[in-house]
Order: sequence, then C-alpha cells, then structure tokens
Amino acid sequence: MKSADRTQTANTANTGITVNKEHAAAMRDVFGKHLVEMGKTHPELMVLDADVSGSTRTGWFGDAYPERFYNVGVAEANMVDVAAGLATAGYHPVISTFSIFLALKGTDQIRNVLCYNCLPVIIAGGYGGISDSFDGASHHALTDLAIMRAFPNMTVLSPGDGQEVKDALEEAMKINGPVYIRLSRNETPLLFEGRESLKVGKARKIAEYDEADLSIAVSGIPTYMAVEAQQQLKAEGITAELLEISSIKPIDAEALQASAKKSGKLLTVEEHNIRGGVGSACAEAVSREVPCLIDMIGIEDTFTESGPYDKLMTKYGISVDAIVKRAKKLAEK
Amino acid sequence: MKEIDANQIAAEKDLNKKLAMIAYKAQAARLDVLRVLHEKGTGHWGGAASAADVMNYLYYNRLNIDPKKPADENRDRFILSKGHASTMLYATLAGRGYFDKKKLMTFRDIDSDLQGHPCMHATPGVDMSTGALGHGISVGLGMALASQHSKRNFWTYVMVGEGCLDEGESWEGIMAAGKFAPKRLVVLVDYNKVQLDGPADKIMPLEPLADKFAAFNWTVAPKAYDGHDMQSIQESFEWLDEASNNGEAAGPYVIIFNSSKGKGVKHMENDHKWHGAPVDDKNFAKAEPELEAGLAELEAKI
Repeated sequence: MKSADRTQTANTANTGITVNKEHAAAMRDVFGKHLVEMGKTHPELMVLDADVSGSTRTGWFGDAYPERFYNVGVAEANMVDVAAGLATAGYHPVISTFSIFLALKGTDQIRNVLCYNCLPVIIAGGYGGISDSFDGASHHALTDLAIMRAFPNMTVLSPGDGQEVKDALEEAMKINGPVYIRLSRNETPLLFEGRESLKVGKARKIAEYDEADLSIAVSGIPTYMAVEAQQQLKAEGITAELLEISSIKPIDAEALQASAKKSGKLLTVEEHNIRGGVGSACAEAVSREVPCLIDMIGIEDTFTESGPYDKLMTKYGISVDAIVKRAKKLAEK
Repeated sequence: MKEIDANQIAAEKDLNKKLAMIAYKAQAARLDVLRVLHEKGTGHWGGAASAADVMNYLYYNRLNIDPKKPADENRDRFILSKGHASTMLYATLAGRGYFDKKKLMTFRDIDSDLQGHPCMHATPGVDMSTGALGHGISVGLGMALASQHSKRNFWTYVMVGEGCLDEGESWEGIMAAGKFAPKRLVVLVDYNKVQLDGPADKIMPLEPLADKFAAFNWTVAPKAYDGHDMQSIQESFEWLDEASNNGEAAGPYVIIFNSSKGKGVKHMENDHKWHGAPVDDKNFAKAEPELEAGLAELEAKI
C-alpha cells in the first residue's frame, strides 16, 4: 500500500462511512479485550485455546479469569468437544485458535457434536483468510466459510472491522447454538464505530440508490477496500450499491435480491476461495429470485504463498484497484 | 417373563439378589435388542450385547438419575461413545422407564425418536449424541469440568470400545483429562476385543491398555473386571468409591471390563461378522431361544 494512501479519507455517497487508515485496530486485539469485558457480566462464559492464546489474545481472558480458561494444547478436536461438554451443562464457551485449524482439524467435532446438538459454543476463527500472511499456505484459511456454512444450525459471521467484532460477540452470546466468527490478525481501518450494530441475518447497506449500474457485496477485511472502490467508481460516474455481508449465514437474501434487481449485476468480494464462500452464498441467495450476472473477487481456487499481507491481497486480486476494474467491466456487460 | 422395576431393585437389601435382578434386566434388554434388530433388519448386535451388563448396572445401581426428569442439571451423565450400541442404550432407557418399551420397534424408522445412533435431542435420557467414534472422552471431560466448576458435583461416565480408542481424538482427550484431573470423570472400557473388520489385536493392538492410561496420568483400576459378571462389576465400582474417596480425590478414572462381543448368543459371540450384520430369520430362530433360556436361568435366581 502506498504511504500516500494512509491518510486518504473517503466519504461514500450516502452513508458517510469513511475509511481512515490512521484509525485502525486489529480484530484479534478487539476480540481479546472484549472477551475480558464480557467476562464481567457473563459468568457462563468460558474460553478455551489451543496453545495460541498469545496470538489470538484469549490469553488476556485467561489472565483475568484463570478459573474459566482452559489451554488444551495443540489438540483442536479435543478442544471443540470439551467445549461441547461444558455447553451441555450451562456454560457458553468460546473456542479459539487459527481458523484453518478449527475448520479443518475440528470439522467432525463441529459438525457432529456442536451443530448436530445445536450447542451454544462460539467458534472464534483467528487469523482468517491470508492474514497470517508470512506463514504461508499451511496457515491461510480459505475454506473455513465454505465448511462452516454447510453445517445445519450454524450461524456464520465475518465482521468487517473491529467494531463489528464486538457486535458479533454480543450477538453470538444471545444465540443458543454454534456461531462461527471469522477474525483477522492485522490492523484494519475502523469503519462502523457509532453505527448501527451488526445484526445476524441482515446486510449493512453502505451505499444505496434508486437506480444503480451494479451492486457490490463484500465481506470481512476487504470491506474497507470496497468502500474506497465504491467512492472511486462514483467519481467516475458509475453508481454502485454497496452491501456488507457480515452475516453470511443466515444471509440477507431479501436485501441482496432487492439490490440485484436494480441492475441485474452483482460483484462479490471476499478473502476466501470463491468456491463455496461469500460469492457462492450471495449467488445462492440472489439467483432463486433475480436474473443476475455475478462476478466474484476472491482467491481463485489456488494455494497461496508467503509475503506481506497487503501485497499478497493485491497479488491474489483483492484490492481497491481490482474491485474498481472488475466493477467497471461488469457494469459494461 | 417377570416384570421387575427400578424401585424393586433399589429397595432390595440382599446384594446378591439385587445383582441378580440387574443381570436379569440386562438379559431382558439383550432380548429386546435382538428382537428389534431382527424385526428392523438393521442395527448392531455385537457391541450392544457386550455392553448390556455394565450399562444396566449403571442405570439401576449407580447413576443419580430420575427418568421423569431427564434434563435435571444435577443428574449424572452417561455417554455411550461407542454409539453403534444404540439399541442397548434404548432398551436400557426403556427398561428404566424413560419411555414406553413399544417405541423400541420404531428403531431407525422415519420420524422415530430412536435414531440409528444416539441423538440427545430425539431421545429422552440420551445425554450426548454419538456415532462418529472418539468423541466421548473429550465431551465427558467438558461435562466433568462443568460439574466441578459449577459445584454441582455430578459424575460423568463414558463407555468406549476399541474403535473409540483407535481414534486420535480419544488420546487428545485422555491427555487433557490427565492435565485437568477432574474429580468425577470415569471411562468404562467395553473391552470385547473384536472390531468391525476382525480381532482388535489384528486391526489395531491397544495393549498394554491399562499402562497407556496410567502413563497419561489416569487412576487405573487394579485389574480388568468381568463385564458379564455382576459381582465383578459391583467390585469395580466399590474400587471406584474407594479410589475416589467418594468423589473427593482427583480423577480421572478408568475401568476396563473384559467382555464378549455378541454376548448371550453362542454362535454370534466374538465373531466380527456380528458387529453389524442384519439378524435374519434363520439366525434369529437360533438366537432367541438361547437368550430366553438365559433369562429363565436368571429369573430362577431372583
């Protein structure tokens, strides 16, 4: 990212949501702090981590409430089921480790125990997407959303900034069933402070028009990129509606359909394999009711490599420029 | 066939007679299971029959439970980690009064409360859904930690078979239980030594099993007990009371029960083919009288 971009502030057409890169927070830090806060008022909250509590920041909860914190070592499958046992007896556990390991080493436990029995466990997938960028493909979580959203009874949330991490945790505590929350490692602009809270099953309308050239649906970290891209497109005379899909399951089909109806064109943006991720979820939601051309920005079914986060995102086609380019192309079709 | 209910068993002062009554209930459950498996043409006989005696002992002489309050938060928990023995759990629960025995014949039917493998939201008395092997010890550890943290002090019993112990997660759970040392977690090994594909020592040897648990910092019963002898089962739980100082000492605990797959029907015993083969008319005709004869023998002792 160019240093000049860091101070750039963009206002979107009609919601005033801005991107100020100086005002940023890492989701994991917000998550760690907010867990400690929630611990004060939720005696039923228990936290389990698989030997990465220093990275995921659940260690802060462990310091504050050692009797409600279990470090189970590097054994994710066991962690999921221990949490399940706690959840059957009145507790509301949060299980935390890197999202790739939760989604792939705890899959059977998440499906057959948490979801089948609809147990209230918050699955906090740290280091989502390629945010653990330098560690490379083995640590990049690009199938977690596809896996999680295919399980009945599961709620899947992917916050777009630190504020939404707090919102997602608060929402998840109200749900008597499993909730997957995708988190990220690195600093990302705060977009939604003082705004309406993230709501399960609702899309956030960031830019809305009576008529539009296309719609953009974005989820997770790329949200701030889409906010900037929408602004650039506007300056170039292209009207793009912008919806943020932080609730991937249940998805706000109504909002997506209503928006897609205006132009018949939808661009989705996600930090995940486009096979089975947010783009797929949007396509499923829209195509049942609205004829619509859909293009998807995301990881193109490939193993990713190591490198600096921003540069890697750009390399795999997730950037403001890429969104602008693909949006223009779609608008012209 | 004699009707004996839980109250009679609880009220029986003569221990030998009490144990005979439980053995009778276990054998009656075997007969129920065989009839269900024959009628429905689906389900698992071998591992259900081997688990009958220990399971019935638990439900009649160990667990702090009330079939009228299956969700009581203070109740003891039982996890059948070897979920394919579901029919034995269902027959035992029905025998214990959780639901009408007639329901057993709906096993695996569409819209039945009795799913192929135990489902905690479908069947009253089922404390955890199982089926995919290897979950029970970890889930039981979570329950035991909840018991301790909440000071409700209920016990959690997890029954596993060889298949469960083949699973990596079991050993993650065994390791973690060794670390957290819950006071009221007990693993019961239904050690019938036969798996789906053949003898356990050929499929995946588990020996030295007791030493393995000991090496993971578990309190291991001093010997393997006879899982088909009520006196021996009684003795194992007397050991547990003593070792745990009635729940005051740190666990976790493991008791290994030597058992026979398919117990009660000679031609089906210890033969891996009867892990999950349907019980056809011919085999049923041979097996049913044998179980009935066994039941009559036990009835004579009551």
